[in-house]
Amino acid sequence: MPKHGDSDARSAVDILIASDRVPANARPDLLTEKDIWALLEEVKDPEVPAVSVVELGIVRAVRWDGKELSVDVTPTYSGCPATELIEELISEALRAAGFRNPRINQVLTPAWTTDWITDEGKEKLRAFGIAPPQGSSSKMSLLGEPEVITCPRCGSHETERVSEFGSTACKALYRCRECLEPFDYFKCI
Amino acid sequence: MTQSEALKEYLLRLADSDMILGQRLSELCGKAPALEEEMALMNVALDLVGQARNWYEYAAELIDDGRDADKLAFRRDAHDYRNLLLTEQPNEDYAVTMGRQFFFDVWHYFTLKSLSEANDERIAGVAAKALKEATYHLRRSSEWVKRLGDGTEESHRRMQDAIDILWRFTGELITPDETDELMAKAGIGPDPEQLKNDWHGLVSEVLAQATLTPGAEDAWMYMGGKHGEHTEHLGFILAEMQFLQRAYPDAKTW
Repeated sequence: MPKHGDSDARSAVDILIASDRVPANARPDLLTEKDIWALLEEVKDPEVPAVSVVELGIVRAVRWDGKELSVDVTPTYSGCPATELIEELISEALRAAGFRNPRINQVLTPAWTTDWITDEGKEKLRAFGIAPPQGSSSKMSLLGEPEVITCPRCGSHETERVSEFGSTACKALYRCRECLEPFDYFKCI
Repeated sequence: MTQSEALKEYLLRLADSDMILGQRLSELCGKAPALEEEMALMNVALDLVGQARNWYEYAAELIDDGRDADKLAFRRDAHDYRNLLLTEQPNEDYAVTMGRQFFFDVWHYFTLKSLSEANDERIAGVAAKALKEATYHLRRSSEWVKRLGDGTEESHRRMQDAIDILWRFTGELITPDETDELMAKAGIGPDPEQLKNDWHGLVSEVLAQATLTPGAEDAWMYMGGKHGEHTEHLGFILAEMQFLQRAYPDAKTW
């Protein structure tokens, strides 16, 4: 039985909400790390709902600290406004699975890179209409020419950059000269 | 000045410059000359404000007087602000906006490059992340400087005017004071001589490609931002930026 000590009103509400969603027989302590990774696969990026936070490389580590579950996440960009929401969504998914107090740690080192997006994630981005990052971030030149970006719709290489920045911090805006459709490109960093 | 005092000072400088330039760029929200420019400016502003927050958070931990990142940003007055004078200069002509960005980005890029190898893990982490963003900013601002400089007669004239207007604020970027020296010696900040050479090297290269003429290296320079002596513009920025937090201090929800 959980102890009802001097917990404040807010945490009592949290527990109530959590227990509301959690099946009575939930046994989060029986979940393996592999199960937890699978669970986090269900958490989608709020701005790019086609891919999960795992596929984007935002979740860096999952571990048990004694009886507490701890998840390391890393922001994509310093000012990404989705960072807090992503942390909340992860926390919510874990609570729904029965974890009372999942710990979400924000880690900055090593810095997130598009190289961490899984192949599956890249394919999902493309299918969603966003050209996945091309090449390796380490080869990005300082003042060099932009690389050739493939149109996610028709596969043409005849594309042009409209803007180096797009609707979110992680994207740039391109246009296909073949099928004439505009599209987002997931910037390579 | 001890090394730990210098570190706090240095972190506030990094944070304040990011914050003030981010705020300046945000003024163009809804007013940029083209939609693509609007997105770009706001993305850069967002990166800078995010970076400022990372620096403020570390500064707040070290200062350890109960103030958090928000209080450092929104409850300090102009004479406590440590941003570079360049960052508080008004947007004016778009050539000025891009010229200011270019001069800043070159400084930012080389500074962050050095900081990403700092022997302070926290600083190296924040800088390595910011460096990726600053590299992107620099690519864009240098392209604009080249396009406007090597563009039409009018764009060339206006870009050259912008360089001439802003040049007097660039000395501060590469003139070290005691804090900068201490940080370099501690293996945190960039070597001042190296930073100066790198900055001049890249600025000269891009301006040459843009068919623009840089100012004289020994030109008279406005300095003081790093010590809280600002141009008349900072007070107006803070008045707008800090209004809400001053009018409703410690409000829990907005």
